[in-house]
Amino acid sequence: MSSEVISSGHSACAGCGEIIGERMVLEALGKDVIVCQATGCMEITTTPYPRTAFKVPWLHVTFENAASAASGIVEADRKLGRNTTVVAIGGDGGMMDIGVRALSGVMERGHDLMLVVTDNEAYMNTGIQRSSGTPKYAATTTTPAGSVVPGKREWKKSISRIAIAHGIPYVATASIGFPEDLVAKVKKAQGIKGPKLLHIYTPCPVGWGYDSSKTVYYAKKIVETGLWPLYEIENGKLTISQRPTFAPLEEYFTGQKRYKHIKPEHIKEVSERVKAGWKELEKQEKAGVDLMLLP
Amino acid sequence: MVKKIAEGSHAVAEVVRLLNPDVLAMYPITPSTHIPERLSDFESDGELDGTIIRVDSEFSAMSALVGASATGVRTYTATSSQGLALMHEVLFVASAMRLPIVITVVNRALSAPLNIFNDWQDSISERDSGWIQMYGEDSQEVADLMVQAYRIAEDKRVLLPVMVCMDGFFLSHTYDVIDVPEDLKGFVPPYKPEHAYLDPKRPQTQGAWAMQEPYFELRKELEEAVGAALPVIKEVHDEFAKVFGRSYGGGAIDVYGEGDTVVVSMGSVCTNLKVLADRLGFQVVRVRCYRPFPAEDVKKALEGKKAVAVFEKDVAYGTGHGALYNDVRACTTGKAVNFIVGLGGLDVPINALEKMCGEIDAMNDGETRWQR
Amino acid sequence: MVGGVVTKVGSLDSNKTGSWRSFRPVIDREKCIGCGLCKKFCPDVCIEIKDKKAEVDYDYCKGCLICKSVCPVQAISSEEEEK
Repeated sequence: MSSEVISSGHSACAGCGEIIGERMVLEALGKDVIVCQATGCMEITTTPYPRTAFKVPWLHVTFENAASAASGIVEADRKLGRNTTVVAIGGDGGMMDIGVRALSGVMERGHDLMLVVTDNEAYMNTGIQRSSGTPKYAATTTTPAGSVVPGKREWKKSISRIAIAHGIPYVATASIGFPEDLVAKVKKAQGIKGPKLLHIYTPCPVGWGYDSSKTVYYAKKIVETGLWPLYEIENGKLTISQRPTFAPLEEYFTGQKRYKHIKPEHIKEVSERVKAGWKELEKQEKAGVDLMLLP
Repeated sequence: MVKKIAEGSHAVAEVVRLLNPDVLAMYPITPSTHIPERLSDFESDGELDGTIIRVDSEFSAMSALVGASATGVRTYTATSSQGLALMHEVLFVASAMRLPIVITVVNRALSAPLNIFNDWQDSISERDSGWIQMYGEDSQEVADLMVQAYRIAEDKRVLLPVMVCMDGFFLSHTYDVIDVPEDLKGFVPPYKPEHAYLDPKRPQTQGAWAMQEPYFELRKELEEAVGAALPVIKEVHDEFAKVFGRSYGGGAIDVYGEGDTVVVSMGSVCTNLKVLADRLGFQVVRVRCYRPFPAEDVKKALEGKKAVAVFEKDVAYGTGHGALYNDVRACTTGKAVNFIVGLGGLDVPINALEKMCGEIDAMNDGETRWQR
Repeated sequence: MVGGVVTKVGSLDSNKTGSWRSFRPVIDREKCIGCGLCKKFCPDVCIEIKDKKAEVDYDYCKGCLICKSVCPVQAISSEEEEK
């Protein structure tokens, strides 16, 4: 059994949110596509030589270069007289940390590329180590919650803001909990020429320590709390895709082992950040333009 | 063919333009930078068909070329020193994925301390990357090697990436009378890969990971492929000589002069060594193709000789010798000595070379001298 | 293949991941409305909608039970696999 783009038999963990995101993106793009995958869970679970789960042209080179390898693909593709959709896809480690130079380079150069970050908020493939996508207070194997330090000490980095600072035509956030919104954004991005970036929230049952059946629950819940805003920035115009109900953060943190140690004062701090963040977002939506035009 | 006075880098750029790579990646680093600058001139004047990607780093340069080559087109870049070192991780991927990328390495010392001048430590340090490495003696040969390199790389019996190495500044920034071909007379046919392409009509997966057994097999296949390139390298050299009228010995090594003592080296220092060979009566074996290492050719050249002295601008740290010496040492049971010269661009004048050649007889087998 | 290229696309379907399963989703065909939400979210691409009813391919189902948790009409229950 399989879809048009990816077969069953891959070895992603039971309940993997990242492979749901990968499949949703690729199914939305259709078969006229070339995929360039960063090293990570989505590479290792799908392509054990001499077999592959993919049914579309697919390349993996290294961890930190999916975007720059994809820039070579798209320029080669155009020289061959084709107009294939080229997508560079990787996790928060591959795209936000080690691959951020490559990502920045392709956005600045304006290649006609889809850039997709499937964010599960840590280096899951190597055993749940902290990345710049790991949220504050989340415990990972390199930011464990101890008697003194309550997990990660820094806030999560905004790759969308980094992207928009390049003046690219389209940036959007999505969550696998809202597939219609995700697919619509993928399709809209596909129709836009130039670099476009999608930052997709993809929960990880193993890395976050929750029951595998709850992947979609957390993918929805984080959006409802306001901690993961869904928006798109098209030619600098920010549009909020969905207003959160500001559900209590406890509903999101509960059931995740990575937040088991979290205290009311931490939740209060995150909650204030969410409020302030939404104020900013709404201000920017009203102002209309969020495009960095001058250095 | 038109003979003209040209800077080495510019001659390379002109030949690259004729070779018509589809995707070129460029990142500036001294002393390779004159090549992308001249190619950019061609682009701005509408004389370059290929697409130049002005990348964010050499790491991205090699990555973009892997992406482009995997898609099925011809690719090019030039780099030096730290730039090549930054590519290191991707070099091993390019060769194992059998992508016929061709690059010019304008040889320069590696940090630290930072030093922009010529030695071979950059490309020598990539000798185990599975790439073919060719070293030119002068800019004419480097330009000719560029033509040969694409033929070799894209040959269905080879399918490997090639580094054409030229001494930084000594060749890249000096002017010489060079025959730059005006057309390539069909010597390098268009690249039409049958093994690796990214095409929605014929989907394939490139860059799969492998468990121990298939990994071991694929790595063994790579070593066999690099070795099997040697006869093709010679064949292409001979055919080039026929078509363009320029020959460089046998393709893998270039043997010059007669004598019981043999001096082995690579690159531009060989020109002075050849002058001394005439004067002092020894033989020069210039290694043109360093990887695959032409061991049989070197063995044959050293047979029955009194002594061999290897002159080189690199160090295989921890072995007490240079890397070239270690390769040559394995080809002879006779006396072999080693001179480490010219690191960080230190001048190697002909009188210093002459003095060194005079010391060979008095040296012990296995001795290395660092010649300042 | 030269360079480790894989041309048999989708060939990983020879890897039957159903053996991973501790819990088995069971679909109540009476209750199932064929909305396809379970199929949409299935990480293992192993749910099909046939004749407006969801069907699980147990050769591949790893038993994550996302399908059970997203079903809007509670048509999916779970049973422990006998080992």
